[in-house]
Amino acid sequence: MANEVKKTAHLRIRRGLPDGEGHYDEFEVPFEDGMSVLDALRWIRTYVDSSLAIRYSCINANACKTCMALVNREVEYTCMARLTPGVVTVEPLPKRPLIRDLVTDIVPEDEKL
Amino acid sequence: MPDLSTDVLVIGAGGAGMYAAIAAAQRGSSVILVDKGQVGRGGATIMAQMTVAVALGQQEPDSVTLHLEDTLRAGRGLCNEELAALLCEDGPQRILEMEHWGTRWARENGHIKQEMAPGHSVKRCCYVDFLNTGPAVAATLRRKVSEIPAIRRISNLAVVDILTHDGQAIGAVALNLADGDLITIQASALILAAGGLTKLYERNSASANMGGEAYALALWAGAELIDMEFVQFFPIGHLAPRLVGMDPIMWDPFRYKLGGKLLNGQFQEFIDRYGSTDFGQYNATRDIAAYAILKEVEAGRGTPHGGAYLDFRHIAESELRSAFGPVIDRLAANGIDLTKTAVEVGPIAHYHMGGVRVDVNMRTRIEGLYAAGEAVGGANGANRLSGNAITEAFVFGARAGSAAAEAAKREFGRWEESLANESRQRLEPFRDNLQRDGATPITLQAELQKLMWEQVGPFRTGEKLAEALARIERMRKEDLQRLSIGGAREFNLDLHDAFELRAMLTTAEAVVRSALARTESRGAHQREDFPNTDARCLKNQVVELKEGELLTRWIAPVRLNRSEASRG
Repeated sequence: MANEVKKTAHLRIRRGLPDGEGHYDEFEVPFEDGMSVLDALRWIRTYVDSSLAIRYSCINANACKTCMALVNREVEYTCMARLTPGVVTVEPLPKRPLIRDLVTDIVPEDEKL
Repeated sequence: MPDLSTDVLVIGAGGAGMYAAIAAAQRGSSVILVDKGQVGRGGATIMAQMTVAVALGQQEPDSVTLHLEDTLRAGRGLCNEELAALLCEDGPQRILEMEHWGTRWARENGHIKQEMAPGHSVKRCCYVDFLNTGPAVAATLRRKVSEIPAIRRISNLAVVDILTHDGQAIGAVALNLADGDLITIQASALILAAGGLTKLYERNSASANMGGEAYALALWAGAELIDMEFVQFFPIGHLAPRLVGMDPIMWDPFRYKLGGKLLNGQFQEFIDRYGSTDFGQYNATRDIAAYAILKEVEAGRGTPHGGAYLDFRHIAESELRSAFGPVIDRLAANGIDLTKTAVEVGPIAHYHMGGVRVDVNMRTRIEGLYAAGEAVGGANGANRLSGNAITEAFVFGARAGSAAAEAAKREFGRWEESLANESRQRLEPFRDNLQRDGATPITLQAELQKLMWEQVGPFRTGEKLAEALARIERMRKEDLQRLSIGGAREFNLDLHDAFELRAMLTTAEAVVRSALARTESRGAHQREDFPNTDARCLKNQVVELKEGELLTRWIAPVRLNRSEASRG
């Protein structure tokens, strides 16, 4: 339809390094019914800002269990968290050491270099 | 001095890599097991919600010979029969070994439960309930690996180059995602277990880390690839409605446990028009099903998202629930009620039959360089049977680990610091990327995925392939040299994507060149301009890198001595 209004979601994403100030960046993402927060984060990396640091592997299957973040202040797998039209705040896990942006240190100690 | 040193370096920590690490350590080797994601959480194995094909004969009489016959038939005459036989022969002991290590295969009446799957002539496929095979076996292997002190695990370390000296592999250079540094690893033997190439395609069932690196690393090191034109498109990948928290290839077990009708956009059955029968029994092989669905779409009889309907509305809710229990609730959370609506499915890139050319001990032609799992080419010929991929991961992993450990006991080439420096000097400017005026690596990855899907997908023509080749070459020679890469050191995904893209382009070119040269249709390789199977093409293609160019040549398939084959 010519007059169809495309729905969008607004993501507020916490950015920065552990020793820095940190800040929120805002992104507008085309919204489709059923999409996940991870879908939106991957869209942002592909089309807007590839420097956004995120951690994920299986994309969709909730098998790798590596994509956790705070979504609207709740701990969620971003691949499972449904995006909603309107503002969604995404922040790194609070109880894990921050590496950069949404990536926290979840790797077991004995798997590090 | 190298930053790290080990007997055996295993590249990629999915099913094959972890199995290889265990086998090498059991033979007395020190092992470093690296993954660009997290050890035991990436790759294809963990994604498999489905089944593992092995001739245990616990459900009904079966034999290695019968499993091999089914595998060879599906392979359309192109299987490396020695590799296929190894897969079938060693499969049962690997499955029992996994059970001994803690995997809880579904059981009934005191035996491992085995189901039918397409292309198999008996009930042969075991699994872990509910749709949990991959996560369960990955957990078993992660635990086993972590219990062995001789295995050092390293996550977020991406191998970007194999070092060779006098025809021997002597180590590798790897990108440490934590800080962006390139480090060197000395190894007496190396195993490429980094999986397949499904990430090359826009529609795929992969995890994020299957960009074909094993193939590119092998080519760059001087090893050969085989059968690169044969990409398996899983016929009934999930298209719509949007489904999260599930593997997009989840519908297969639903079909072989419950039936389920495949219907076109006009709600008519259609597989029988394409040289196969189905009618709720689900015995059309993957290549025929994929072909039939896309032909219906092309004829204007597709579903809204460009696929077919998969319909379970004739099956009682109680039956759905007893077969899939909690999965029915996960579907409900996605707004899907199978008793009321049909879902849309269609072909998606799922697996690669081609890969690194090896012998039955998983050796490449480069001494000290091995491959395992999906990285290996040849066992499945032109089309893989469902259920053979995890079997292959375990069997080839175990074999590669043992063989690499034996090889590592011999005195191998000394470490060559100059070689390591040379590799670093080649890669650091790429990493530091002095020209920042081009596209970002992830943007180019998206372009490549679209190109591969549209031009090098389930249906191919010489014209489309030639166009794709020209674009891929330009991406490699021009775009790749002036990528825009962010400057952060910590967890810089641009850097990760750039090295991945570099490998993806080499692997994509190997696929396209092989597809161009095969002027026939066979198994998963379908040429619209050459729709028939041509007996003169009953040969395999080998790819190698010579003076910077990828060259293909034909070889006769590896056949088993028949009297030996019928032993089983």
